[in-house]
Amino acid sequence: MTQQTRPPLQRKTANVAKRRQYAAAYTLSMPFMVVFILMIAVPLIYAGYLSFFKKQLIGGVSFVGLDNYGRALTDPSFLGGVGRMALFLVVQVPVMLGLSLLFALVLDSGMLRLQRFIRLGVFLPYAIPSVIATLMWGYLYGKDFGPFAQLAKALGLPAPDFLAGGNVLFSIMNIVTWGFVGYNMIVMYAALRSIPAELYEAARVDGASEWRVAWSIKIPAIRGALLLTTIFSVIGSFQLFNEPNLLRVIAPAAIGQDYTPNMYAYQLSFVNQDSNYAAAIAFLLGIVIMAVSYVVQLTANRKEKES
Amino acid sequence: MTREISRRSILAAIPLAALGVSALTACGNGAPAAAGGPASPVSQSDIDAAMKKDTKLTFWTWVPDIQKEVNLFQAKYPAVKVEVVNVGQGGAHYQKLRAAIQAGKGAPDVVQMEFDKLPSFTLTDSLMDLTPYGIGDLKSDYPGWVWGGVTPGGKGIYGVPQDTGPMGMLYREDLFAAAGVTVPKTWDDFAAAVTAYRGKNASSMLTNWAPSSEANMLALFWQAGGRPFSFDGTKSVKINLTGDAGCKKVTAYWNDLFRSGNIGNEPDFADAWYQALNNGKYAAWLTGAWGPVFLQGTAKSTAGKWRVAPLPQWDSSSPASGNYGGSTDAVLKTSQNPIAAAMLARFINTDEKAALTLANEQFLFPPSTKTLNNPAFSDASASFYGGQKVNKEFTDISRTVQEGFQFLPFNDYAATSYDKTMGKAIGDRGDLNAALSAWQDDLVQYAKGQGFTIAS
Repeated sequence: MTQQTRPPLQRKTANVAKRRQYAAAYTLSMPFMVVFILMIAVPLIYAGYLSFFKKQLIGGVSFVGLDNYGRALTDPSFLGGVGRMALFLVVQVPVMLGLSLLFALVLDSGMLRLQRFIRLGVFLPYAIPSVIATLMWGYLYGKDFGPFAQLAKALGLPAPDFLAGGNVLFSIMNIVTWGFVGYNMIVMYAALRSIPAELYEAARVDGASEWRVAWSIKIPAIRGALLLTTIFSVIGSFQLFNEPNLLRVIAPAAIGQDYTPNMYAYQLSFVNQDSNYAAAIAFLLGIVIMAVSYVVQLTANRKEKES
Repeated sequence: MTREISRRSILAAIPLAALGVSALTACGNGAPAAAGGPASPVSQSDIDAAMKKDTKLTFWTWVPDIQKEVNLFQAKYPAVKVEVVNVGQGGAHYQKLRAAIQAGKGAPDVVQMEFDKLPSFTLTDSLMDLTPYGIGDLKSDYPGWVWGGVTPGGKGIYGVPQDTGPMGMLYREDLFAAAGVTVPKTWDDFAAAVTAYRGKNASSMLTNWAPSSEANMLALFWQAGGRPFSFDGTKSVKINLTGDAGCKKVTAYWNDLFRSGNIGNEPDFADAWYQALNNGKYAAWLTGAWGPVFLQGTAKSTAGKWRVAPLPQWDSSSPASGNYGGSTDAVLKTSQNPIAAAMLARFINTDEKAALTLANEQFLFPPSTKTLNNPAFSDASASFYGGQKVNKEFTDISRTVQEGFQFLPFNDYAATSYDKTMGKAIGDRGDLNAALSAWQDDLVQYAKGQGFTIAS
C-alpha cells in the first residue's frame, strides 16, 4: 500500500538512478563485449557459415547444406578421436581431481609442515607451458636415453615403452595430470578456506574425526568448486591438442594426425585444404562438449537435490 | 663451422615434412592475379629500363644469411631495394604465403619454394611463368631432372633452382670395418650387410629408416625408376603407386628389412636419433646431398670416421639416384614488379659469385652444373669425412639422377597420408606392401573428393 501511494517524483528519481546504473554496467562491460563479438561471435558465425559449403581444389565452392555434418558422423577419424577423448575423460579426470582434492584437503587440514612449499610445489607444473612440459616428458619417456629407460637398463629389465600405441594415451594422461593437479588444487583449496570455522568447531564438539569433517563438511561445502573443476576438465579433455601434437614427432606411428578431434580439424584445414569440413568438425566437437558438460551439471544438480 | 650454422643452413634444404612440420594450406582456387607477367618475351631494353627504375621488392625465404647474395644483387642494381623477410620455416612459410595469396594482398614478390611444393602452387595459378624473362636460357646449365622440377607438367618455368638433395649413403668406416662389412654396391649387398652387421652387434644396426619419411621414400622410388604421380596441369592426376614396378620393388624390399628387425625404425630429426648418430647406434644414413654438412654439425664426436658413397644400386651397370629435398626461388603472379622480381630470383641463384657463396658458405648443395664443376666447390675436402671430397662425390651422384619424377599437386596431403599408412606400418613393423595399397587408395579418395579426375 505504501508503495502505491509513493509520490510520482520519487519513482522518477529511482528510475533515473537505475538507468544510470545500467548505463555504467554497459559502459564497463563494453570492452569485453566488443572483443567478445569480434573475436568469438563473428568468427563462430563465419565458421558456421563455412561449414555449409564445400571447397574443392578443382571445381571451387558449392553449397552442400548439412553434408559436412553427415560426413563427420560416419567419419571413423572423427568418431575415433571423440571416443579416445571420452576414454581420456573417464580415466584421467577422476584421477586428477581426486589427487587435487586430496592435496587440497591435506593442505587445508594444517597438519603438514612446509605447507607453503608443498602448495607451491604442487602448483608449479601448472606454471610451465604445456609445450615445454610435453617436450620435457617426451625426453623422460625416451626409450633409449630417458631416465626410466636407463633405470630399467641398470636393473636389467626391458625398457618400458611409454610411447607405444597402447601406452601413449596413458602417457599423455600423465602429462596432463601432472600439469593440472596443482591448478585444480588451488581452486578447491580456496573454496575450503572460505568455509566458516564454526562448522568445524561444532563438529569437533560433536566428536567428529578429521576424516569425518572432511567427508561430511568440507567436501559437500565445496561442491560448487568441484563442479567447476570437473566442467573445466571435461572441456579441456575434448580440446586436447598440444601434448599429442608434440609427442607425434617422436611417436608418429602411435599418434596419428587424427588422434584427437582438434588435431583432426587442424589437419583437415591446414593440410587437406578442407577448411569447410574442418569447421563442421569443430562445431560438432563443440556440441559434444556442451552435451557432456550439461550432463555433468545435471547429474550434480540432481545429487544436490537428493541430498 | 659451428653446429649452429650447419643446423640452420640445413633447414633450408631439408624437406620440412620430415621434421614433423605440417603446412597450413587453407587455399582456394587462386584468385585471378591482378598483375601477372606478359605472354611474349620481355626485351633486354625493357629489362634494363626496369632495373634502373626505383623499385622495392619483398623476398620471403628462410635461407640463413641470404642477405649476402641479396647485397651482391643490390650492388649490381642499386635502384632495386630488396627486403628479405623470414616468415618461418617450411610449414609456417607456406601457411602465410597461402593466406596472403588468398587475401589478395601482402604476398611477396619472390618466394622460396621447395620442389615438392611447387606443383601445389602452380595448381592454384599463384606463380608467374618466368619464360618471358629469358629464364629458359638457363636450361642447359642444369641436369635434366633439376630443370624438370621447375617445369611441372612441362608447361612454363615456375622457379629458379636454388639447391638440391641427390641421395647418397653416409657411413661409419670404422664400424663397417669392425663388423667386417664392405660398402654395399647393390641393394642385395645392402640387405646382406644389414644382416651381417646385426650379427656382429647386439645393440646397434646398420641403418635406420624413419616412419614419417614420405620425401625420403619418394627419392628411393625415384631411384628405382618409380614414377607413381603425374598431373596434367588442369584437373587430371595420375596416382599409380601399386601399379608401378619401381615403387612395388622398393616397398617389398624395405618390408623385408623392417620385418627382419635388423634395421631401426625410429623417428628422425628427434633427440634420440641425434644421439644415435653420435654414439654409433646406426652406422649408415641414407640421405640427400645436404646430409654431410648436417651430420657434421650433429654428430661432432664422430669426426673423421664417416665416409660418403653412392646409394646401393638396383642395377650396378647403370647407376641411379633420387632427389630428397631442395628448393627454388619463384615469383608470385601478383608481383607489381615482375621484371625485377624475376631478375632477383635469377641473380641470386645463377650469378657466379652468388651461387658459389650459397654453396660454400651457406652449404646449399648447388643445382647448376657450372657450380658443381667449379673447383672452388668440388675440390673441397672435409676432415669430418677423413679428407674425402664429399662435394665431388655428390656431384657425381647428381649426374646419375634420372628425369621424369613428378610430385602430386597436393604433396602436403600425400605426406600426411603416407604417415598414417606407410609410416604406421614402418613404426609397427607391419605389412608395408598392404600399406602401399592403403596409401594409394587414400590418395585416390582424396583426389576424387577434391574434384580431380584420376588418369589411369
